[in-house]
Parts: sequence; structure tokens; C-alpha cells
Amino acid sequence: MKLVAKRPKALAEKPMHYCPGCTHGITHRLIAEVIDEMDIQEKTIGIAPVGCAVFAYDYFNIDMQQAAHGRAPAVATGIKRVLPENFVFTYQGDGDLASIGTAEIVHAAMRGEKFTVVFINNAIYGMTGGQMAPTTMVGQKTATSPYGREAAHAGYPMRVVEMLATLPGAAYLARVGLFNNREIKKAKKALRRSFEIQEKGLGFSLVEFLSTCPTNWGMAPLDALKWVEEEMVPYYPLGVIRDIEEEGGPKK
Amino acid sequence: MTEKILMKGNEAIAEAGIRVGCRYFFGYPITPQNELPAYMSRRLPEVQGTFLQAESEVAAINMVYGAAGAGGRVMTSSSSPGISLKQEGISYLAGSELPCVIVNITRGGPGLGGIQPAQSDYFQATRGGGHGDYYTPVLAPQSVQEAVDLTMDAFDIADKYRNPVLVLGDGMIGQMMEPVEFKKEITPDQLPEKKWATNGAAGRKPNIINSLRLQPEKLEELNLKLQEKYMAMKKAEVRYETDNIEDAEYILVAFGTTARIVKSAADMAREVGMKVGIIRPITLFPFPEDVIAKASEKARFILTVEMSLGQMVEDVRLSAKGRCPVYFQGRTGGVVPKPGEILDNLKRLAGGGK
Amino acid sequence: MKQEVIIAGFGGQGVMLLGQLLANAGMYEGENVSWMPSYGPEMRGGTANCHVIVSSEPVASPYIVEPDTAIVMSLPSMEKFAPQVKKGGLLLINSTLIEKDPGRSDLDILKVPANKIANELGNTRIANMVALGAFVGRTGTVKMETIIEAMEKTLPKRHQDFIPLNTEALKRGAELA
Repeated sequence: MKLVAKRPKALAEKPMHYCPGCTHGITHRLIAEVIDEMDIQEKTIGIAPVGCAVFAYDYFNIDMQQAAHGRAPAVATGIKRVLPENFVFTYQGDGDLASIGTAEIVHAAMRGEKFTVVFINNAIYGMTGGQMAPTTMVGQKTATSPYGREAAHAGYPMRVVEMLATLPGAAYLARVGLFNNREIKKAKKALRRSFEIQEKGLGFSLVEFLSTCPTNWGMAPLDALKWVEEEMVPYYPLGVIRDIEEEGGPKK
Repeated sequence: MTEKILMKGNEAIAEAGIRVGCRYFFGYPITPQNELPAYMSRRLPEVQGTFLQAESEVAAINMVYGAAGAGGRVMTSSSSPGISLKQEGISYLAGSELPCVIVNITRGGPGLGGIQPAQSDYFQATRGGGHGDYYTPVLAPQSVQEAVDLTMDAFDIADKYRNPVLVLGDGMIGQMMEPVEFKKEITPDQLPEKKWATNGAAGRKPNIINSLRLQPEKLEELNLKLQEKYMAMKKAEVRYETDNIEDAEYILVAFGTTARIVKSAADMAREVGMKVGIIRPITLFPFPEDVIAKASEKARFILTVEMSLGQMVEDVRLSAKGRCPVYFQGRTGGVVPKPGEILDNLKRLAGGGK
Repeated sequence: MKQEVIIAGFGGQGVMLLGQLLANAGMYEGENVSWMPSYGPEMRGGTANCHVIVSSEPVASPYIVEPDTAIVMSLPSMEKFAPQVKKGGLLLINSTLIEKDPGRSDLDILKVPANKIANELGNTRIANMVALGAFVGRTGTVKMETIIEAMEKTLPKRHQDFIPLNTEALKRGAELA
């Protein structure tokens, strides 16, 4: 019999608490695969956020720190400055990164901190029960936008990678979507690239994962995948927004 | 003996950190502690260390969290409003059992307050400061030399208990210059290894730095463990200084720079025949309860003097347990009490003195 | 011996440096010393002052209530600090900039045309050194050589060239005392 799939070494043998149809599990696995492939399990330190992925420290076979809400980029900065030879990544949701932690993410990118950010954009707060996030779509109903997000009242959704792309310290910025196998493969490629950018010490790297939250969206898992593709992608275009190496070095 | 040099408190505290192997500093500008980060920004690169000016005090304390978790000897400093912002991080540091040193060069409050010396952060400092059931040791120097010595000790206490330690000065300590000598010289490679640090799980199981315990029983367990540390601190870390308390009828209690002003007042009082002694808490947590309890047994009264409207006096009263009256005298908002004011009050309380 | 001095003037008149040199010199002579500045917005062009204590006993409060000496380099400084000086104490006035009478007959008043002398020496910025020289000449709190030693040990490299000129200013000040 031929082995076609196995659990990556960097992924702990523990049942995850995520809801059915949630894409956190896929992203975790992609991270673990990249760590395995680059053989950096013993050199990587991850930072878990506040949010659904708060237990990420239980799901990886690597050193982990748990950070206060939104502060993961500051914590990562502290770690990387002490251990410049190690790999450091943060795992942050949209409430964590794009709301309470905007100062921290913007300034980490500004400084060109040499760590990788895994940014989960599922357009909602998951753990606290489906409240409106900065990335919630206009018209999207949430626990705190029961009539649908109204732009005149709550503004338009935040495009994080485009915003960070104004900062020369951001060496690699990409947005990927986890709604089919082809896109998942692209997501992994982007993630791998972001770790390589870190390895080369080129600066800050971030990959935004358009993700699902079937539970709080009130959708079946397949409908949720479809919603990402049809509703989110048009507003949050996929692709590599910045690759400093391909662009021939940092722009000042 | 090393040669004494005249140094500003803020700069001396920074140098003290470097002399005991602190190589990481994260801070944000705020008066009256600005010379401290500025000094670090100049000196740390000379010893292959890292100074980083963070985007906020919130970010700075979380950088400290990351660096401490990665095993670095790390420090931050600020002043009152900035320390308020750091409280979230300090609570996380305490919950995750991470060692670091935090310096508060206190200014007057509340709100934006002022920039002159104050001691009105006593409650915040000695009651943990942030959310949750925790404490941090608090060291309160009265001179620049003591600020140096206590800063050096603060790092060891932090490592010993895996707990943040607060050095509580005030604008006077930060701004004034006094002769100092640095009695220690320790480099990072001489420090004991931190086996719990997240520095890459090579040849061992992964380490996790975390304060989350969703199960109540697990969180209670963590809290009980923390309490054990605080009890151990109460046994081993209490520091104070007494002056002339053996025959004293009146006891003055003061900490930090106020204790020096009180000393001037006590000398004046002795000259007019009043038997006055001083108890100066050096650690505010753990608080020197025993020496105050003992003094309260024979003192006619205790007078607590603070640059606030009465914070430490509560701990003095708890220690005296009603065995003698405990009075309070304070100035606030950055006004420094004058020795003459204290003497007048002493005389009044003693019924005109002798 | 105990000498409590408040040194005050406009920002930029070098009163902080004056105080630091005095404190350093006291330290080199084995005395207990403290130097306590005013700080904050006052530093930005307004009035500046520092409290210096040189004492054979440990310094209790570094904050001076009744100075033995006030060195005042500007009129607002004199108006603020002249009333605080201890009876019989010394009030050293920069008479180039202060014409007004201090209104204290119970003090030893030493008028030093500090800016005028500094200008004669070719640099108005060394008026502080003239005042320091006069203070040391009058009180003998520290030796003049120790002030020069303090300059050599503490002035940043870029200011070391000024030491001969500063020394000249100190001497001119001392002559007036």
C-alpha cells in the first residue's frame, strides 16, 4: 500500500477544537507542512493570538507563545530580536490583527521585522460569538451588525495587505483563498515563500488567508466556501501584492 | 573599588541594567524618564544589545513579553500614564511567569497629570496593577546609588521567581545626579540557562509560554502556584531601613525620595528634643509589616508621609493593627513636602512637642 | 561643612552645567553631593534652575528649601530665589543682566558682571563660568583646581577645547570675590 497522506511532524497529534467546515485546520496543516519541508521545526517559534486560534499552541510541535489580543506582532518582535537566527511567525485573526492590533501590525511592517504573519480573514469575530470585524463585508449580518454592515455607519472593510503595501519594510505580501484545492496549493506556495523571505532576512512578510466561519456565518460548509469565492474575493483580490525579491530589492 | 561618577538617576538605572547583563530594552518616550531609553539607545549597541523604540507602551511591554519568553534579560521603563498602558502586558507577564524589570519614574496623576515627582502610583504598583490575582515585587530606591543597586537586584529577583519586578522611582530619582558606583559586572553568558524559554525545541519537547487556562480548576491551580511565589517573596525579599527607632516615641514612615525629606525633618525634631525614628520600606511589595507591627507596640503614634494623598498609609495601618494611631501627611500633584511642614505637623500631633 | 546652592537663570545660560561642575568637584574632593534640576517645559527656553548640595554629611533631602547661596543669572531668577536664601547667606547676582535691587539687606550680596566679563573674554556663553569662579572664590566650597579637574573629566570631547577659556573665566570671577 502506498502512503498518500500523513500528519506533518510539526503538527501535534491532538484533536482540534475547530467547528466543522472551518478552515483553521487547513491553515494549521499548511504551516506544519512548510515547517517540515524546510526542516525548521527545532528553530521555529509560533505566536498564538486571542481568538479561535488561541489554542494553536497545543496544535503545533514547536515552541509557542500565547500573546495578548492584537499584540502578537510586538511579541514576535521581542522574540526575533533575541533570536534573530530562529523562525518566528504569528497567527492572527481579523479582529486581532485588523482591529485591536492595527498599531502593532503596521509598525512591525514599518520596521521590516523579519517574521511571518499568518493572517486569517474570515470577516467576523469567531470566538466571541460572531461580532462584526473590520473585514466584515458591507451588508453582512453579524451579532453586532444585525441589519447588515452599513458603510455610512461602520465604514468599508479594511484591505490589510493593500494598506501594508505602502510600507517599504513589508517584503512579501500575498492574499490567498482557501475555497478549493487549487487555491489551497497556491496558499501553501505563498506561505512557503513568506518563510523563505524571512530566512533571507529580507523583511516583514504576511499572507492573508480568506477563510470561512460557517458557524457564525450561519452557513453550511460548502456554502461558506462558495461565499468566500463569490462575495469576498471580488472585494479582496487574490495574488502576490508584493515580493521584494522579484521586484529587485527594497524600494525606498 | 570602582571610581564614583556623578550620574543622572535615569541614566544610572540604564547602566545598572547593562552591568548585570540586560541586553534588550523596549520603550516609548514619556517625561520624566526620557534619559533612560535615550541612554539605552546609545549604550546597548556597544554591547551587542538591542534597543527598540516601540509604537506605544502597549507594544513595548509586549515586546518585553516576547523577549523574556525567548530567554533574554529584558527591561522597559516609563512613567505613570505609560505604566497604566503597560498593565495589560504586566498581567500577562505575571500569568505566563516571565521575568523582566519594569521601571516607573512616577509623575503626578490622575490622567495626564503633571511631570513632577509623585508617589501616587503606590496602589497600582503594590496591588499587581492589572487584572487578576497577582503581585510584582516593588523596589523603591531613595537615592541614585540605591536605584543602581536595586535595579541590579531586580533582575535577579525576576529570574528567581520568574516574575516581573517593578522599580518604583519618581521624577526626583530620575532627574537628579548623585555619585554612583557599579559594584557588579555580569555578562549574559554568565547568567543561568532558562530551560523553560521558547528558543526552538531542539532535542526537547516544545515549551509553551501561556497564561490561558479555560478550565476553572486549572486556572485556580495556576493562581495557587503564583500565590506560593508571593508567599515565598514575603518570606525572603522584604527590605527596609530603620533610623533611630530604638528609643523613638514617634515613628515616621516614608519611602523613596520622601524618606530623605523625612530624614531632614527627623533630624530637626531630634534637635528640639523629640524622640523621632524612621522606618523606610525599600520593598513596597512585599511590605515590611513586621517591623512596623513591632514599632507600633511602643510608639505614641506613627506618621506616614507620602507624595500622594494617602496610599502606603493603608499598609502601615494594616501592619499597626490599631496598636497606635497612624496619621498621614502628604503633598501631591508634584508638590514635594518640605521638612519644616513635617516638623510642624509632628509637633502639633505630639501636642506641641517637648 | 554643608553648602546648599540654587543656581538659576534663563535656559541656555549654562546654569545646569555650572551646577554639575560644582557637584562633580565636590565629589572629587570626597564630599557628599547631589544635583537636582528643574525639568520639563522649563527647559525649553524659559527659566532653568538646579539645586546643588555639597556636604560632609550624607545628603538628606536633595530638594533645597532655604539655600545657603543663590546664584541668579537673570532677573526672574532673582525675583524667585532671592527671598528664599537663608539669613546671612550669599546672593550672587549677574549684574550685567540684573540692575534691580534684590531687596534683602540681611544677605551677603556679590554682584558679578558675568556677561560683561564673558564678552570681554570673547564668548558670552562663559558667563556661567565667571559666576562659578566668583562663587568658589567667595565660599571656598571646593578648590578651583578641582573645578578644572571636573571640566577635564566630564566635559564632552567637543567642549574640551573650551577649558582654557573657561579657566580664564573662572579666574576672572574669583578675582571679583
